[in-house]
Amino acid sequence: MTAVADVSPASPLPDDDKPRSLGSGIGGSDRVFQVSATGVGAVVLVITGAIGLFLGYQLIPTLHNYGLGFFTRAVWNPEQNLLGISGVVVGTIEIAVIALAISFPLALGTAVYISEYAPNWLKGTLVALVDLMAAVPSIIYGLWGLLLISPHALYVARWINSYFGWVPFLKVDTDPRAAAFSAHNYVSSPFIAALIVSMMVIPMACAVMRGVFAQAPIGEREAAYALGSTRWGMIRSVVLPFGRGGIIGGTMLALGRALGETVAVLLIISPEYDLKFKPLEIGGITVASLIANQFNDASSSQLSALLAAGFVLFVMTIAVNTVAAIIVNRSRSGAQTDA
Amino acid sequence: MTTIAPPPTIDLARLEEPEPERDPTGAQLDAVNISAWFGTNKVLDRVSLSMPPGTVSALIGPSGCGKSTFLRILNRMHESVPSAKLAGEVQLNGQDIYAPGQRITETRKRIGMVFQKPNPFPAMSIAENVVAGLKLTGAKVSRSAKEALIEDCLQRGGLWAEVKDRLDRPGGALSGGQQQRLCIARSLAVSPDVLLMDEPCSALDPTSTRRIEETIAMLRDQVTIVIVTHNMQQAARVSQQCAFFLAEQGTPGVIVESGPTRDIFERPRDQRTSDYVNGRFG
Repeated sequence: MTAVADVSPASPLPDDDKPRSLGSGIGGSDRVFQVSATGVGAVVLVITGAIGLFLGYQLIPTLHNYGLGFFTRAVWNPEQNLLGISGVVVGTIEIAVIALAISFPLALGTAVYISEYAPNWLKGTLVALVDLMAAVPSIIYGLWGLLLISPHALYVARWINSYFGWVPFLKVDTDPRAAAFSAHNYVSSPFIAALIVSMMVIPMACAVMRGVFAQAPIGEREAAYALGSTRWGMIRSVVLPFGRGGIIGGTMLALGRALGETVAVLLIISPEYDLKFKPLEIGGITVASLIANQFNDASSSQLSALLAAGFVLFVMTIAVNTVAAIIVNRSRSGAQTDA
Repeated sequence: MTTIAPPPTIDLARLEEPEPERDPTGAQLDAVNISAWFGTNKVLDRVSLSMPPGTVSALIGPSGCGKSTFLRILNRMHESVPSAKLAGEVQLNGQDIYAPGQRITETRKRIGMVFQKPNPFPAMSIAENVVAGLKLTGAKVSRSAKEALIEDCLQRGGLWAEVKDRLDRPGGALSGGQQQRLCIARSLAVSPDVLLMDEPCSALDPTSTRRIEETIAMLRDQVTIVIVTHNMQQAARVSQQCAFFLAEQGTPGVIVESGPTRDIFERPRDQRTSDYVNGRFG
């Protein structure tokens, strides 16, 4: 049969030894599926790219109308047509970072409890409950924060001010120990907005962390136990190191979500556009809530400016999510040790 | 007629070597009437075995006969499976490790375990892996004592010569056989009285297997060793005492026969033992 190749070195044609072309070997239905899956994947990329292009295009009229000062000014005065987003960008980062500081320990603790401590019958319920937090519409969070949390959170803010007011950015410009303290200085602050946003990002961070914790290899867990480890010792030396990528990645995804939160922030915060970092004090704004707030009354040039601000947010979010994805992929989370 | 492959030859000359006088430091481990269940499925039926210090006890038998379950009962790893139950007693120097008030962490520290698949902590260096047990059990050891312990344990694990120049490299970067010896060294660092080994060589090549067996022979005076193995020659090579487990069709596992390894291999009392050690089934 011809299937047996001549392998003798004295082959008559020395140039014969070339890589063969291998047909794709893929059948018809497979090919259809491959093409359609590729198509769907491409659509996602095209849509994201189109949004980026659309927003980025607005930079041209914005820079033409307001100059580079658009990025450095901290003012939003439509009447005088004086616009600048530096205060807004700082406010966005401020609220996202505080939201993260609050949500990180909660999400981490919840994930560790669900994956390591919760009895099996409780696990499913807890997972569903945490996921349910993600399903609550953000307007509901906003109302909840405004009507229920804010009246109480201002006492927390006052407490922080009175004991940690010596830290410059925790200072509120009022006397916390006054007999009739001025409550209105503490409400509608970035701190309270961030508190609400943190509740909204917990489920996302928690789900990612829980996912990687559950994959921590049984062999390493048993190794720790067999050495006489307590459960916490095992978690600290096996589960957390294994899940490090997921912890960082989940937190960054939550950060991306926190950066873009709109309605809840808009409901709670009292808009202020100047450049400051005073989380406990009334007033602040984020890019997303700025857009929602100013959209209706904007002239066409101001509309471009709002969309340009949206582009800045878009770039920030993409950057954060990309870094998160890289960290998650690089880490060992999800990979078993090879013996 | 089907031809039956000749049974593996076992180096009986080696089994005949006289027991040297020793003063072993391990502990006496006794399993008394151990039964075990997974859910409602009974996998072990009143198994008793005495594992004296200075002795390597081999547990042999076909797959699914309950020998690994038995081993995991000896250091309370069995109960980490949610549906697992057990009856009977495991006595470490006469004291029941399942008695109320016995701390599970203390028990596992005294009865170490080496697993089938090498499982060093990949986030830790070789040195950190060795002393991981100290960290996990909260033992405080000075820096110099720690260094001495690392060298000592790696020596006893038969790995020191190969890794002494790269103690700060990750443990996961070693070969499979080296990883397994690292795991043995790690178990030794918490100074256990008993070392359980669950098929420690089944994932290793013959050279690594030989190194591990040499290590076992070396450690025998220091800790009581119980080893589960599928490899009959290995049981013959490393153990002084042997227990043959068998779970016949639908019944829980029992010890068919146990005794000095020489007797189990040369003159088994039970026909089933004879069939198994001569490679006629399993």
